[in-house]
Amino acid sequence: MVAPVVLVIGVIIGYPLVRGVFLSLTDANEANVERNIGVNHLPATYKFTGLDNYKAVLTDGVFWDRLGWTVVWTVGCVGLTFLIGLTLANMLNRTLRGRTFYRLALILPWAIPAFISVFTWRMLYNEKNGILNKLLAGGGIDAVPWLNDPTWAKLSVIAVNVWLGVPFMLVALLGGLTSIPGELYEAAEMDGAGPWQRFRNITMPGLRAVSSTVILLSTIWTFNMFPVIFLLTRGGPGDATEILVTYAYRLSFVDSPRNFSESAAWGVLILVLLSVVAVVYRRALRKQGEVW
Amino acid sequence: MRRGIRGVTVTALVAGLAMTASACGSGGDDGNGNAGGELAGTVTFWDTSNDAEKATYRKLAEGFQKEHPKVHVQYVNVPFGDANAKFKNAAGGNSGAPDVMRTEVAWTADFANLGYLAPLDGTPALDKPDDYLPQAVGSTKFKGKTYAAPQVIDTLGLFYNKKLLKDAGVEVPKTFTELATAAKKIKAKTGATALYLRGDDPYWFLPYLYGEGGDMVNARDKVIEIDDGAGVKAFKTIKDLVDSKAAVTDATDGQENQLKALKDGTVAMAIDGPWDIEGARAGKAFKDKENLGVAPVPGGSTAQGSPQGGWNLSVYAGSKNLQAAYAFVKYMSSASVQQQTTEKLSLLPTRKSVYDVPAVKKNEMVEFFKPAVDGAVQRPWIAEGNSLFEPIKVQMNKVLTGSATPEQAAKATGDAYRKLLKDYK
Repeated sequence: MVAPVVLVIGVIIGYPLVRGVFLSLTDANEANVERNIGVNHLPATYKFTGLDNYKAVLTDGVFWDRLGWTVVWTVGCVGLTFLIGLTLANMLNRTLRGRTFYRLALILPWAIPAFISVFTWRMLYNEKNGILNKLLAGGGIDAVPWLNDPTWAKLSVIAVNVWLGVPFMLVALLGGLTSIPGELYEAAEMDGAGPWQRFRNITMPGLRAVSSTVILLSTIWTFNMFPVIFLLTRGGPGDATEILVTYAYRLSFVDSPRNFSESAAWGVLILVLLSVVAVVYRRALRKQGEVW
Repeated sequence: MRRGIRGVTVTALVAGLAMTASACGSGGDDGNGNAGGELAGTVTFWDTSNDAEKATYRKLAEGFQKEHPKVHVQYVNVPFGDANAKFKNAAGGNSGAPDVMRTEVAWTADFANLGYLAPLDGTPALDKPDDYLPQAVGSTKFKGKTYAAPQVIDTLGLFYNKKLLKDAGVEVPKTFTELATAAKKIKAKTGATALYLRGDDPYWFLPYLYGEGGDMVNARDKVIEIDDGAGVKAFKTIKDLVDSKAAVTDATDGQENQLKALKDGTVAMAIDGPWDIEGARAGKAFKDKENLGVAPVPGGSTAQGSPQGGWNLSVYAGSKNLQAAYAFVKYMSSASVQQQTTEKLSLLPTRKSVYDVPAVKKNEMVEFFKPAVDGAVQRPWIAEGNSLFEPIKVQMNKVLTGSATPEQAAKATGDAYRKLLKDYK
């Protein structure tokens, strides 16, 4: 009965994964893998190099620099998205006029393809011709170098990612909120619990199942959020906003011949990091009595 | 709720896979070649010309069908920035690559090294090879074979707004030092900034580097040169120009911002190439076409020079319709097509004979750019030539935003080159 599942998983996940791990142990690149293109035949001349790629990556300061910023980026984005999503979800989880409209409007960023949103943001951020700086100039404020200054660029990419991520948090948390029975709040109110006490003792525990899942998912997505950074700043200015995945891309796809093996080593390291995070996170949740 | 979320993920995954599958499915057109005599089938042509140029190129490419009615030209405009990666993805995967592509001069050796290009020696594609300018031929050769036909040659020049310079009472600067001095007058008299400095594109760094007598690498002796004194000075020049407010810059969108600033008259000068002549003239500052002046790029402390660039036409080795592709390259690099791109777009031909045509001879942009091209610095035509740019880009960003000193930037670029070019000193 499970044979089809095993087969599909094997084909779409297993093979690429094994192949990636294998490549990371070689010195394969675009110039030495086998291929036939019309009259040209390139033989495979790459060889097994063991852990050399990993050694090279881990002893290079670049990896650790990028890891530092990737962690800041992930924690910043997930933290802000969760807080904003939670606040908005609570505000929308009551009967108010035009609730459907608000809900729809807040989901809109999710409905637009990410790359279109990012390009729009890039135009808004344009230091010389963008609307944001035109608005600020109207208020007598100097132009802000949104994407041209390392610190501003970091804040700018986080802002865009939060903007993109809030709808998901909102929808998920709103779903969680509607599943909390209203009687609990009524009972708490009878016992004289204030709004904050109700939030802390009913809403938060009631949301735990949902929030722990979305936080983990969101962490993994943000950690690997390639399009926002790549399309907004290409990792720049300099390499200020480069996270691990965009740096791996630059290392291995911008230079020629494309370095498949080093790229694979970066990929495996990223996978290992995320797996560790996921396992630790689950352990922590289990200690709190949460079964995931 | 949990199941709900997982459901969403699975749906997204399935949708994503379906999209990937359909994207992969669209293989190349299997237009069949010719048995003997008339050409037939489809020639897919990837053109990399910009917005101001693409309509002309499309028309010219489709003109091939008049000569060969059975051939269908599939014209595709691929933005310059994506073209290199897009071609490699398609060519390496053996699906979706065009039959003919307009390749940047630095890409030709790179693609040839990876086996993506068909050698053109002895094919109809190389028509009257002696008619090509010798410097244009340089980039088409790799390991003794020819992998492309030169189509357009170019270099950088200093575009200037004649009126703004006149109002400020300054001459066209011959060096970056002169430019910095003139900047104060220009700002005081006209309110405009003197120069737009492309801080986002490493190609624009080369005049500063050549101006100090430096180079990226010396390919003949296999020596990395960027991190010697000249490289440091070049980084310092761009930093000083921006710090002293003689120049404005950006780390992103430099192409659009530079052209807009020049067109609107908010900057008096910009370093740019012939491909932007038409675009610049569309702006309000150049309603009077005569107002756009072009001069050699300013020099540095020891020399003056700008990089030689341009475009070649190359044939994908896996093309299913090689004969038609060769004929198409022959047509697109022919004297008559080159003459038309010059007349319509002021682009510089690569054929000597075209320069003798009166309409080309008296084109004022050709009048300026031809001597500039003759004096332009040839880049190292090695397989890694294009990869030399990325480290410069990162470091010039860093210098301009103050997160690296010119010394650190030059050293970091040199270190990156050493990783890339293992057998270089």
